Amino acid sequence: MTGEAIAFYVLAAITLAAGAVVATSPNLMHSAVALIPALLGVTGLYVLLNAEFVAGIQVLIYAGGITVLILFVIMLTEGGTGLRIRQRNEQAAIAAAVAAATVALLIAVAGRTPWAHEPGALPSYTPGAIGQSFLGPNLPLFEGTSVVLLVALVGALLIARKETGE
Amino acid sequence: MITLTHYLVVSALVFGLGLYAALSRRNAVAMLMGIELMLNAANINLVAFNKYGAPGAMQGQIFALIVITLAACEAAVGLALILAAYRRFETTYVDDLNLMRW
Repeated sequence: MTGEAIAFYVLAAITLAAGAVVATSPNLMHSAVALIPALLGVTGLYVLLNAEFVAGIQVLIYAGGITVLILFVIMLTEGGTGLRIRQRNEQAAIAAAVAAATVALLIAVAGRTPWAHEPGALPSYTPGAIGQSFLGPNLPLFEGTSVVLLVALVGALLIARKETGE
Repeated sequence: MITLTHYLVVSALVFGLGLYAALSRRNAVAMLMGIELMLNAANINLVAFNKYGAPGAMQGQIFALIVITLAACEAAVGLALILAAYRRFETTYVDDLNLMRW
């Protein structure tokens, strides 16, 4: 077993175990904290796939930003941490069946399709290639994303602001 | 030797966990966490295809970065909506939030 294989299986196990806690824990705080190792495991997979820049952004935005935001909202709203509150709805069995069927379909498709089995040649310095691409052929995409980000954050501020007497 | 199929299987399993969380949770914040897991599964696919599927291309990683940005937008707006609904109805359980007006 090569080092790559060991790293892959360890990272996959971390991601899936933490993801199972996120999906099933009755305590929402545990769910939100388990999101951090799940996202860091995905970050490790990105590093294995030679996507170092995506891995860095994943740590900064997901593990550092979104998880903290989720923790804040759980603590600002009550009922998230109560262990006696039922956390699953009546359709949990159907949801499990749908999720299992989707996973079975995806794995069957991934297993039967003949993929190219050799990894392709990536540029030796992927952040540079990403920067060149964002300021070259993908410039409209880059600018469009920045506008979407601005609009979404202004909208979020507007929605979440405390309403004073009208 | 780790092939593309290994990554696709891990991604499918993470997607299934996220789908189960999004469908079965009552709390809106927990549903949002499930959606984040599903977006991460899609990102694993994009980055894996970038390495194995199209040699020399960068579009997979570019698209993964865009998805991460839009996921941050989605989390910000979603959590703002949850906070606003909590102020109005004093609950974050989606089966109690069934009024379009108040």
